[in-house]
Amino acid sequence: MKDRTKRFKKYRVLLAMLVPGLLYLTVFNYIPMYGVLLAFKEYKITAGIMESPWVGLKYFRKAFEDPHFFVVVKNTIIISFYKLLFGFPVPILFAVLLNEIRNRTFKKWVQTISYLPHFMSWIVLSGIFITIFSMEGPINAIVKGMGHLPVIFMADERYFRTILVSTSIFQSFGWGSIIFLAAIASIDPQLGEAAIIDGAGRFKRMIYITLPMLVPVMSIMLILSMGTILDAGFDQIFNMYNPQVYDVSDIIDTYVYRIGLIDANYSYSTAVGLFKSVVALILIVGVNRSVKAIGGNEHTLW
Amino acid sequence: MVKNSRMSSRIADFVLYTGMFLVMVATLYPFWSQVVVSLQAGASTYSTGMMLFPKRITFEAYGLALHYKPLWIGYGNTILRTLMGVSLTLIITSMTAYPLSKKDLPFNRAFTGYMLLTMLFTGGLIPNYLLIRSLGMLDTIWSLVIPGMLSAFNVLIMRNFFKSVPESLEESATVDGAGHIRIFTSIILPLSMPVLATIALWVGVGHWNAWFDSLIYINDPRNQVLQVVLRKIIIENDTSNMAAMIQKMNTHAEYTSRQLQSTVIMLSVIPMLIVYPFVQKYFVQGVMIGAIKG
Repeated sequence: MKDRTKRFKKYRVLLAMLVPGLLYLTVFNYIPMYGVLLAFKEYKITAGIMESPWVGLKYFRKAFEDPHFFVVVKNTIIISFYKLLFGFPVPILFAVLLNEIRNRTFKKWVQTISYLPHFMSWIVLSGIFITIFSMEGPINAIVKGMGHLPVIFMADERYFRTILVSTSIFQSFGWGSIIFLAAIASIDPQLGEAAIIDGAGRFKRMIYITLPMLVPVMSIMLILSMGTILDAGFDQIFNMYNPQVYDVSDIIDTYVYRIGLIDANYSYSTAVGLFKSVVALILIVGVNRSVKAIGGNEHTLW
Repeated sequence: MVKNSRMSSRIADFVLYTGMFLVMVATLYPFWSQVVVSLQAGASTYSTGMMLFPKRITFEAYGLALHYKPLWIGYGNTILRTLMGVSLTLIITSMTAYPLSKKDLPFNRAFTGYMLLTMLFTGGLIPNYLLIRSLGMLDTIWSLVIPGMLSAFNVLIMRNFFKSVPESLEESATVDGAGHIRIFTSIILPLSMPVLATIALWVGVGHWNAWFDSLIYINDPRNQVLQVVLRKIIIENDTSNMAAMIQKMNTHAEYTSRQLQSTVIMLSVIPMLIVYPFVQKYFVQGVMIGAIKG
């Protein structure tokens, strides 16, 4: 007890320093968490969140009766899954191949350029892709060159998800390779030297040394990405989609935005958002447990 | 045998270098295509297709776009929010991280837990929006810089860096009569420049590219940020304001709306492209700092 008062005295300045941060978290993180109660209430503008009447699970029932809700959940999972399936191997492959480049200047150039799209907003990137996939754009120039009729790609349900997945890979593969490049750099060079003595060529060393040594990082990254499977990429989709492709590209986040801020259906929007947050929470906790279990402590959140 | 393997290694190298060169070209091409369209003279933009270089270069579209006021207003607001956002984030993050870096701080675990919980669960769109509205921050710069100012993740990174400062330095300063504040400002912060710079760059890029908060919290065009101005022109495909302005200017400049779009895209990314090569390595370091937590 005495020790505690002594520590209080010793640290009173630092405790005071902590106050703004704690207040901030309370107002800007905890009050909105409390605000999810809105999902169980009938929001009345005049009454505010506190005074609005309780309606129990009305808006959750509404969600489960809303056919579009299922479309949206399905799209979220499908788009995330495709992004993972096709996007996950690319940075690994890129890192492994880049590691084989011995000209340092050239390597530096490739790296610097490959990170560039990561620093562009999805407004800029979408703007660029919309022009590239437009009727007059280069993609349609190729299509026409091959003797086909031009396609309105951005408004075509058959192509839209492919465009989402490929442009997302474009934006993130370079940046995503950093962690794998670091892992490759930490591989003991003796392994490679021993393999050379045993007569293994470059390709064999890639397959039998580099790739297996990356398996721990790969599994951690893969598990971690499970935690964000419900984030199908709001920034990208919101700036690329249009009503013609809602059926294949409307995701939970875009739906929450439209019913909430466009239709001003606050309670329903909050309910759908809460559904997502709760599932995400379960996923993140599960994912952290699994990563810890396989010994990737430094990659976990807590 | 040896000759053979050297030969195959050469072929492998050739394939590898060519492949990587193509990756570079493919990454740069989308940006380059905007350069071409923005510079291509007049009406022929419509048939640019796979064009790799403009046939006839003109800066007319840039001349027109530079007269477009909202673009400058957007620039101003973006620069303002970036500067304010970065400074405020650094101040409050370091103020929160330093006390938490002291193991024997009373209730350290409780405070840290209180902070970590915010990483797991968020209120979501509407509760956040209603909060900002009820605080009267709608349509002010505060709605862009205050929410998100303090993130648990940044605090963790900074706290771990502070922890790595040798205790002996602080002890000798205490012996010399320096208090906590003094130690913080004249020993800890100067020694922590790498982590401060990394977080500043991260947060800075975040603010430069941020658009959603401005879209939902800002109504007044005078407070709009660059990304939202861009969004209107290139995503909502609304070049009518620009066209009206050009009409008033009474010029004979030839342009197409697609060309104007590419031009504003270029105008918005040029500052980034200039700064990017110099700061890129700090970001890479940042990824490494972020990956190593205690």
